[in-house]
Amino acid sequence: MPDSLKKKLKLKVSAINNGTVIDHIPSENLFKVISILGLQNVKTQITFGANFESEKLGSKAIIKLSDVFFEDDEINKISLIARNAKLNIIRDYEVVEKRVVEVPDKVIGIVKCFNPKCITNNEEITTYFNVISKNPLDLKCKYCEKITHEDQMVIK
Amino acid sequence: MKKKDLISITDYSKEDYLRILELAADFEKNPNQKLLEGKVVASLFFEPSTRTRLSFETAINRLGGRIIGFSDAGSSSVSKGETLHDTTRMVSNYVDLIVMRHPLEGSSRYAAEVADVPVINAGDGANQHPTQTLLDMYSILKTQGTLDNINIFMIGDLKYGRTVHSLLMAMSQFENPIFNFIAPDELAMPEEYKLFLKEKGIRYFEHSEINENINHAEIIYMTRVQKERFMDPIEYEKVKNVYILRNNMLANTKPNMRILHPLPRVNEIHPDVDSNEKAYYFEQARNGVFTRQAIIAHILNLK
Repeated sequence: MPDSLKKKLKLKVSAINNGTVIDHIPSENLFKVISILGLQNVKTQITFGANFESEKLGSKAIIKLSDVFFEDDEINKISLIARNAKLNIIRDYEVVEKRVVEVPDKVIGIVKCFNPKCITNNEEITTYFNVISKNPLDLKCKYCEKITHEDQMVIK
Repeated sequence: MKKKDLISITDYSKEDYLRILELAADFEKNPNQKLLEGKVVASLFFEPSTRTRLSFETAINRLGGRIIGFSDAGSSSVSKGETLHDTTRMVSNYVDLIVMRHPLEGSSRYAAEVADVPVINAGDGANQHPTQTLLDMYSILKTQGTLDNINIFMIGDLKYGRTVHSLLMAMSQFENPIFNFIAPDELAMPEEYKLFLKEKGIRYFEHSEINENINHAEIIYMTRVQKERFMDPIEYEKVKNVYILRNNMLANTKPNMRILHPLPRVNEIHPDVDSNEKAYYFEQARNGVFTRQAIIAHILNLK
């Protein structure tokens, strides 16, 4: 049996015709990724699964979206919680393009400021950070000017 | 035209600083200039700060402006649960300028986004207090004749003291400053500021006590060491008397040296220093009025 066929037989989530596959999401962050990308509003077919074996991550999640394609700005939002996520763009059952996510220069919404005395934690305000370091992640709050480090990051 | 605000000292360039300091000198010569005639300024103090509020309100009065506002949140709509957003939107409809003091950090940046009129930050929690920095700079310029080649000793709480951080950032824009930090370990200057100086190639030195090193100073900037900053009260007891400036320490300091303090002081400057001509902290407070007049004039393009 050819390898490609073996691979297809092993697929636990059915293949899609056209769309985007987001792979290598840490399992524990699957639902956060769904929420950040607003996938609850997508009307086309979505399949997702978590706790697949992964050599890199130990356990990974995957999302397959029919007829959905992302702009870089949009997909990069998930980089904060799915650093190693990979995108496969599918046309006619074939992978036509592979992309990785990149940490953006600004993070709007998504992350909470770690400073309890920051106005954004005391009133309904969209958070806004300038990314001052990408690895490790350091986010400087536009409002209180304090830096939220990667290990203090909480997703809203 | 985009409105001008003053939220953080780093929002302004060296040219802005110099322009404001030049205006301050002009207001000192001639304090009563009715440039705000017919204008209304909101003075919104969500937490009490008598010194800052009176300084601003004096500045506004000397400019002939009218003031509305409140001096603590208890006497405002905030006590009914109104958000900062709504208070700011409402007041912004009434006035030409908002001066705001608020206990939460980032509150004035947010208010500036919400308001249609300029906002001046009169202190947002432990974050920024840019008008204090400008009056400190005016005091340095006035006493030294220049902002270049100034050797500044910062003494006391260098960790939480927002005034020293802002002054450090502002003075780093000028030629060849030297910084000396004297603080207990618990309250040492944070790494990020030392890194900032290193990257700019600016010299700084750290000392554990006040000694003859201060004889090199042009400016000694004192701050209060607050008991509540210490995890261990015994540590406070150990250091509380180490960072007190006394008159007998000043004998060999430079003739042009001046002592600054953002006030209020507790015991960190002994009262016997007050009569020394190098004690400048009360004049410094007076300079605050001229500097705030200058900031208002700059922001509203009155001059």
